[in-house]
Amino acid sequence: MSALICEVVYRGIFQKNLASRITRGIVLSARKSGRWGIAFGRYGDSPQRNGIPAKDFAIVADTKEELEQNMARYEPKHVDVTICVDDTLAKGVESWAWYGLQPINRLTLPNGTLLMTSLQPFEDLLRDIHKKDEPYTLAVIRARASFSGLWVYKEDHTEVRILGALAKIAPEFLTLDGVCQAIGEMEWGSELKVASVRKAYERLEARQIQPGEGNAEVPYAFELPRWWEMREGVTIPAIPIGKPKEGGKGYVPERNPYFKKFTTRTMRPVVDFDTCVKCNLCWIACPDSCFDVMPDGTFDANMEACCGCGVCEAVCPVESCITMVNEAVFEDNASQWDMWRKDKTAYKTWLTDKITNKKATVRSHGFRFRGQYEEEIKTDLDAGGAEITAGIPGENAKHKTI
Amino acid sequence: MAVATKTAPAVAEDRELLISGSEAVAEALALADIDVVTAYPIRPYDTVMQAIAKKIANGQLVAEYIVAEGEHSQFEVVKHASTVGARVFCGSSGVGWAYAMECLVVTPPLRVPMVAMVGNRALDDPGAFGVEHNDALFVRDLGWMLVWIDSSQEALDTTLIGYRLAEDRRVFLPLAISADGAFLTHSQALTLVPPKAKVERFLPPYNRGDLLLHPDNPITVAPQANEDWVIEIRRQNNEAMARAVIVIEEAYADFRTIFGRGPENPWFEEYMTDDAEIILVGMGTISLPIKVGIRNMRAQGKKVGLVRLRWFRPFPTDRLVAALSKASVIGVIDRDYSFGSPFGSGVVANEIRAAMYNAPKRPPLVSFICGLGGREVTLEDVYKVTDLCYNAAKTGKSDTKTHWLGVRE
Ligand code: SF4
Ligand code: SF4
Repeated sequence: MSALICEVVYRGIFQKNLASRITRGIVLSARKSGRWGIAFGRYGDSPQRNGIPAKDFAIVADTKEELEQNMARYEPKHVDVTICVDDTLAKGVESWAWYGLQPINRLTLPNGTLLMTSLQPFEDLLRDIHKKDEPYTLAVIRARASFSGLWVYKEDHTEVRILGALAKIAPEFLTLDGVCQAIGEMEWGSELKVASVRKAYERLEARQIQPGEGNAEVPYAFELPRWWEMREGVTIPAIPIGKPKEGGKGYVPERNPYFKKFTTRTMRPVVDFDTCVKCNLCWIACPDSCFDVMPDGTFDANMEACCGCGVCEAVCPVESCITMVNEAVFEDNASQWDMWRKDKTAYKTWLTDKITNKKATVRSHGFRFRGQYEEEIKTDLDAGGAEITAGIPGENAKHKTI
Repeated sequence: MAVATKTAPAVAEDRELLISGSEAVAEALALADIDVVTAYPIRPYDTVMQAIAKKIANGQLVAEYIVAEGEHSQFEVVKHASTVGARVFCGSSGVGWAYAMECLVVTPPLRVPMVAMVGNRALDDPGAFGVEHNDALFVRDLGWMLVWIDSSQEALDTTLIGYRLAEDRRVFLPLAISADGAFLTHSQALTLVPPKAKVERFLPPYNRGDLLLHPDNPITVAPQANEDWVIEIRRQNNEAMARAVIVIEEAYADFRTIFGRGPENPWFEEYMTDDAEIILVGMGTISLPIKVGIRNMRAQGKKVGLVRLRWFRPFPTDRLVAALSKASVIGVIDRDYSFGSPFGSGVVANEIRAAMYNAPKRPPLVSFICGLGGREVTLEDVYKVTDLCYNAAKTGKSDTKTHWLGVRE
């Protein structure tokens, strides 16, 4: 009797189809060796919201009975493999109010595996990934996060590379041949994709993580109220109005303490307070009211609240005054304005370093210029990814049902 | 009139697909070659509506797909389509089902043999998607047949059986198939999909006969009928529901012959009840943690079994009484509520109390309310339920209190 439990942590909309392909791929690959399996999403999630962290699961087992325990659940209690398809999720996951910040490896069993797609070195990832009391393996497929949408799919082979890596991580359940065979039969499979499976199997990088290794931050958490503590009539108290800052010259609104949702973002705005013309536009346009009013009339984007939509960058009239930068290059949610006020020269250096970093300012979803996709694929190819040929990659015409 | 979907390429054997309960229903709908389907989105029912839309878009099913402007119209449209001879499907969840109530009420007296899926969902407010059975139970007194399922396979099979049963001229009543939100509607499992040839042997075309609304068969449907007529109409409905009992037995027996699977007892599943001291009763996917719990408890020598009730209407009174009378204690777990009811129990517990009233042997009954709003029913809950049942076994008395489990106290 044994079972393999996998979770896929992904970003709403952009990776919903990717996650579903991975979990289905796991079950159908394991089926090749006679295993039973189920695939499901965490029902409470809202994967139709841009970027919100969400989860899918795949469980395969020797018998149908072993699956039962996990079938009427939202989320398994533990997983053998956590698959994270965007490395900015390494900072943790908060998908709904009162969840608190959940470390990416929270469910990973002792001696289990955290499998990620990332271009970051292990050390950088471990600055974000919370420490655990038990050892586990961190395995990395060298690839940038694959972002597409609900109606479009980026055929960059991420799904099959993950499956190839799993064949290496859990060969007792997913044999390399089983995965290749299953991919070959998928509606979206192809010979090229089978080749990518094998490459990922060969090139998977892995490192043993010791107890206590990783981000030492204690993630924020809540205790849910008991039935008699809750207000009656399905009511919740309103969020109180904010506080004046520094003698009334500035203003910081109160925000929902139970749902910060900053883990929704893959990029964050970096503000150049020296060039800001105090036009208010960012403050007006931010859909999440993230801008705190500073005593000098500039606006500080509150990093506990920002979901990284990029609207502020779009509306700011001053060139390079607000620049969206990949979340992975930041260590914390500290106030940029405080940093700037404390040491303007140091801030300028910090800011320039961030906004001139080509890798960190390239858009993670959506494309800025024609041909960006081909360029990205080329880079991925250098790192072991798949070739792109004429036609629609991954189409497996002969397996289309109609 | 109905347009037939082109015959699919000949496949002799069952195909195995990884599909959710909702997708399994959609597979069955394509096999049953439905003619008219209406849709209005609400989670978790919307998964079946998406799956049907996809089948039509892929050319696997030719059917009229009508997106209504709300559940009320959704159920009205299929009602009318059914009276002119179309095989129809519809469904909803939670308050969506409630919004259709006026149409749900008239469907049984008009003898519309529609099949609907209720993706069981809590009734808002508060906004919540999780499973509760109160939505489907709204129609328990009205002439709707009600069945609960617990796997994708059962979803597919029950849908096929459902059309055969509803469209049997002896019955001609609507059927609502209840699928627990999340655990069934959103969970994909390996499911056998039979070839169309087998389905054609099992399910004859819908024949509305003398009730067909057609120029060649001039009739008026639903005229005004006052006190001179109404009670007779109710009496007819009651008779149809009674006949459904026989037709259900027949349909399941035929299903087993043709498809080579399906339960011998259509009404409820008995799990390890042969020697059970405690028999737990529940509907839907609550069976999954209970079965795991039972296996674990049996390893410790506790003789516990499960009766998973499939059919709630018609209610299998005699068979259920016979099965439950064997136990020392009956523990009923409701995933629904009925505030102010006898003993504050849920609907199923009180139904079983009523059914047992004339039984020669009436074991003590303990009632539980658990898993509301989709709260997970845990193994610890199952152990606690069993412990409380063992307490009742010691005293030999029914518990007059209903126990709420899994609530933050
Ligand atoms: S990116 Fe800008 S506009 Fe969007 S939430 Fe963050 S601060 Fe607000
Ligand atoms: S939009 Fe740009 S210039 Fe205007 S207040 Fe905001 S940061 Fe300053």
